[in-house]
Amino acid sequence: MATVSLKVPGGNKITIPHYPIDMIGADERAGTFTKRSIKKQSKLDALYLAIEMTDLTTLGGDDTPGKVEQLCGKAINPVPPQYLEELSRLVPNKELRPIPSVAAVCVYPEQVPVAVRCLEGTGINIASVATAFPAGQLPLDIKLKDVQRAVKFGATEIDMVIDRGAFLRGDYQKVFDEIVAVKEACGEDVHLKVILETGELKTYDNVRLASWMAMEAGADFIKTSTGKVQPAATMPVTLIMLQAIQDFYEQTGKKIGMKPAGGIKTAKQAIHYLVMVNETLGSDWLDPHMFRFGASTLLNDLLRQIFAQYSGQYFYDDIFSLD
Amino acid sequence: MKVVKTIKLYINGEFVRTESGRSYSYNVAGKNTQFARLCQASRKDFRNAVESSKEGFKSWASKTAYNKSQILYRMAEMTEGKRHEFEELFMEALGKTQGEATAMVDSAIDTFVYYSGFCDKFHQIAGSINPVAGPFHNFTHIEGVGVTTLVEDDEFDFQKLVDSICSILTGGNSVIVLLGEGCPAVLGPLAEVFATSDLSNGTVNILSGHLDELRDYIAQHREVRSVSFQSSREDVFHDMKQKSTDNMKRMIPRHKKQKCLENILNFVEYKTVWHPVGY
Amino acid sequence: MTKKKTTKKAAKKTAKKSTSKAAKTKTPKAAKSVKKTTKKAAPVKTKKFVFDYDPAPESKAIVNIKSRYEHFINGEFVAPVAGKYMDTINPATTEVLAKVAVGDAKDVDKAVKAARKAFEGTWGQMSGSERGKYLFRIARILQERAREFAVLETLDGGKPIKESRDVDVPLAAAHFFYYAGWADKIEYAVPGREAKPVGVCGQIIPWNFPLLMAAWKIAPALAAGNTVVLKPAEQTSLTALLLAEVCQEAELPAGVVNIVTGAGETGAAITAHQDINKIAFTGSTDIGKIIAKAIAGSNKKLTLELGGKSANIIYEDAALDQAVEGVVNGIFFNQGHVCCAGSRVLVEESIADTFIKKLEKRMKQLRVGDPMDKNTDVGAINSKEQLDKIKALVAKGKTEGGNFHEADVKIPSKGYFCKPCFFAHQSASSTISRVEVFGPVLSIQTFRTPDEAITKANDTNYGLAAGIWSEKGSKIHKTALGLKAGVIWANTYNKFDPTAPFGGFFESGYGREGGLQGILPYLEVK
Repeated sequence: MATVSLKVPGGNKITIPHYPIDMIGADERAGTFTKRSIKKQSKLDALYLAIEMTDLTTLGGDDTPGKVEQLCGKAINPVPPQYLEELSRLVPNKELRPIPSVAAVCVYPEQVPVAVRCLEGTGINIASVATAFPAGQLPLDIKLKDVQRAVKFGATEIDMVIDRGAFLRGDYQKVFDEIVAVKEACGEDVHLKVILETGELKTYDNVRLASWMAMEAGADFIKTSTGKVQPAATMPVTLIMLQAIQDFYEQTGKKIGMKPAGGIKTAKQAIHYLVMVNETLGSDWLDPHMFRFGASTLLNDLLRQIFAQYSGQYFYDDIFSLD
Repeated sequence: MKVVKTIKLYINGEFVRTESGRSYSYNVAGKNTQFARLCQASRKDFRNAVESSKEGFKSWASKTAYNKSQILYRMAEMTEGKRHEFEELFMEALGKTQGEATAMVDSAIDTFVYYSGFCDKFHQIAGSINPVAGPFHNFTHIEGVGVTTLVEDDEFDFQKLVDSICSILTGGNSVIVLLGEGCPAVLGPLAEVFATSDLSNGTVNILSGHLDELRDYIAQHREVRSVSFQSSREDVFHDMKQKSTDNMKRMIPRHKKQKCLENILNFVEYKTVWHPVGY
Repeated sequence: MTKKKTTKKAAKKTAKKSTSKAAKTKTPKAAKSVKKTTKKAAPVKTKKFVFDYDPAPESKAIVNIKSRYEHFINGEFVAPVAGKYMDTINPATTEVLAKVAVGDAKDVDKAVKAARKAFEGTWGQMSGSERGKYLFRIARILQERAREFAVLETLDGGKPIKESRDVDVPLAAAHFFYYAGWADKIEYAVPGREAKPVGVCGQIIPWNFPLLMAAWKIAPALAAGNTVVLKPAEQTSLTALLLAEVCQEAELPAGVVNIVTGAGETGAAITAHQDINKIAFTGSTDIGKIIAKAIAGSNKKLTLELGGKSANIIYEDAALDQAVEGVVNGIFFNQGHVCCAGSRVLVEESIADTFIKKLEKRMKQLRVGDPMDKNTDVGAINSKEQLDKIKALVAKGKTEGGNFHEADVKIPSKGYFCKPCFFAHQSASSTISRVEVFGPVLSIQTFRTPDEAITKANDTNYGLAAGIWSEKGSKIHKTALGLKAGVIWANTYNKFDPTAPFGGFFESGYGREGGLQGILPYLEVK
């Protein structure tokens, strides 16, 4: 892969130099974060932070308003109050920190109105996947309509997919132009997350290049995956993207956010990701504005672990799984 | 009246007199008649040889195994071409019969041929690909140690001399030969073999002289990376070993036999290379 | 159009939001609302999340440290003849862990006699496959008692538990497994030739990888049919003595492995012993030379694995983030107490600034401290003596110009600790770029062309290891050929494996350990 040259709006050109990644070295480094042992208060704090960073997601062909209502309810109050009361009875001497709401719910455009209704006034963001999610294999005008509709319905964040076909055949300009166009369709107030679908880009060199292109094109966040392709988010892929964000920040002063999505199911995994963010980008990114988890079942495990952390006991799984 | 020639040293591809201006007489075996005069190599001659050998090593080490093999075979051919000269020397200087002399040359030629065939094979026998427990390609490659000094036995054995030189060359090293007192006159025709075998200057240097004068100097010269000690003087070997520890010189004792892999492996280093296997 | 609407909606939300609970820490609600109104202005000023990892100490309960340790001779733990003992300390706390026997010539003689008897008796008579089975058994027991070994190694030596747990102990077990399989296949190690064991081997090992070095020495020696007398370093004898217990547990015949503890004098008694056939030493080049001199007059075989000043070459086309990792791993692994540590970085001038910036940032993340904490990256310097030596060299380095950078990290006030650091842009003749520091101290220099890199890398009397970082295959191979070093790590560093030969050129010693080539020094080829 060589240096990539792109035309940017206004007629100028930018070049993105090849930045090679050694796969084995990256895998090894990513592995070191999973060796960290996070205990006690630092663990509890991380679990809370992970909840605040969660984009609670449902992206099924079988999504219905009923499902989305349930999801929004859980987004606002992840745990039914009665169980919190039970927990406080178990540990009467401990001060229980309230369980926060999640950062956002993430749904298809068709479900955005439902989410808007349910989340009115909560401050929880409504993220919508758009641009012919997940394959992105439709003409740009249709993708843009998809985006405009979602925004019109009230989505505050758009999770777009890049055209992987164009990327893999070397038509980087098309990939870039689409992101620029979607960003414009989003307007200034709607955050744009650009999904690279790293499971289809395959190599870390590709991930690095796609990350950089997305950031140059105006992404507010870069995101690993749709969740529809395996592998979805992995530690090494996320590391490559975090390092790209770091270098982009060093060069431009712009702080871009990161969202690993898909495959993060356990609290332990989430903590590994937070450790990785902590030891690469640092505290500035340990913030829901800068880092999100795209996940559905993760939230339940975070709650389970929080309860266990307070009480030393594991609760019924079912009490957390209402959504 | 016979003209007694002075046999010159062979340094850096040239036949030169010792810078010290000293020579000594080499007599016909068992008689008091002079066979030839030989240069008595000095420390400075040795130092010059080391300088030349350093360059010779670089050039020799960078040749392909196939090319090394060709050159060693060329040495066999050139020895064959000088067969009569060698035979006459052995008969006249050592008192060998024609049959004995012929056998000596035959076995030396065989030895050149033997090592010629080893140049591009011993890596495959003694090198390795190592199945490490991880995503790495790992192989152990063999290369020469560097400038090597051969201390030849005082009891002359042509085949052993050729074997000692070849095992060093085959391993990828340059060699400075210090001939023993047995038949230093072999320097002449032998050096001509090397001079006409497409070797770069300095790959082989040959000196005549006295071990006792040079031994400390050889042991302590840090550019000499190894010594093949084929002399039977074990006390000298131990003494040189002791004096050579400052640069951790590889001090190789007398070979137990000829024409074998072990002799080559005495003068090699193993280099293990790791590289990740990934996209 | 859409933009207007969103703004309006956002404003409405903010108004409604006033009832939402005041967040102690920032909640997404509060954060979001502010962001909505102020658009992309500064994010909410709340307390930053500071991710401090709470202490995560490994439990010491698994290890039962005795108050006194004896020699292991002829299958039994026996008191030293002279009755002398020395202290072994935990360098992280400076507390005395135990007393350890000090061996003298008499103890060594007892051990050698036991080894000779075993060599001529049990072990020497045994078939290769039976020998192999003992080694397999030792390997398995090592794995099963891995945690115990790891904890003891860290307590006695100061290395991070993470390393003793994930590197030292598993690799030690792997070495026994690997060489176990060679025991009945010796004829394939020297095809076409005949080989016999050498006899009784005297083995002297250092304090930086106490158990692992014992495994490197004992496993190939035993596989080849030799018996051994091993002396661990006086600072770190405990895991070797635990390995002696494993030998007992494995019912290894008496006298096959003997361990005599002590310091330099004990080692000298081993090298001087007349009935030892081979000496294998790992340690400093200075001591290596003394040993080589001491046995020069004998016909003892000798292998030496000595010091190094290994170069890590970083080309401009390297995968830079991985190269930074490799450099960090190369010099800060095991506090830099590694003979093959990548203690000299040679970086191509065009990327030097970027590289150094990334390195500084990365070094900030190193957690220096309690070796027993599972999150510790850099543990305690092994001894006061070593710490003093490192400090003296760093002080000297500071007088020689260049840029000195010390990692911005905290270190404990008690125990022997040293902040990871580097010297950049010093001359090639400076102390730090030539002398083996054996600590977390790096020298960084620049180069312009591959030839210059190779010349600079080879500009040392050592020749143990080197690193190459480039994404260009042919450049890697050409560089690897040019480097005078026994181990070349290309796009990686500090990797070890029982199947991969390890050892140096020149003053880094001779002979190889590991792999097929590693068994050869323990064989006498006929």
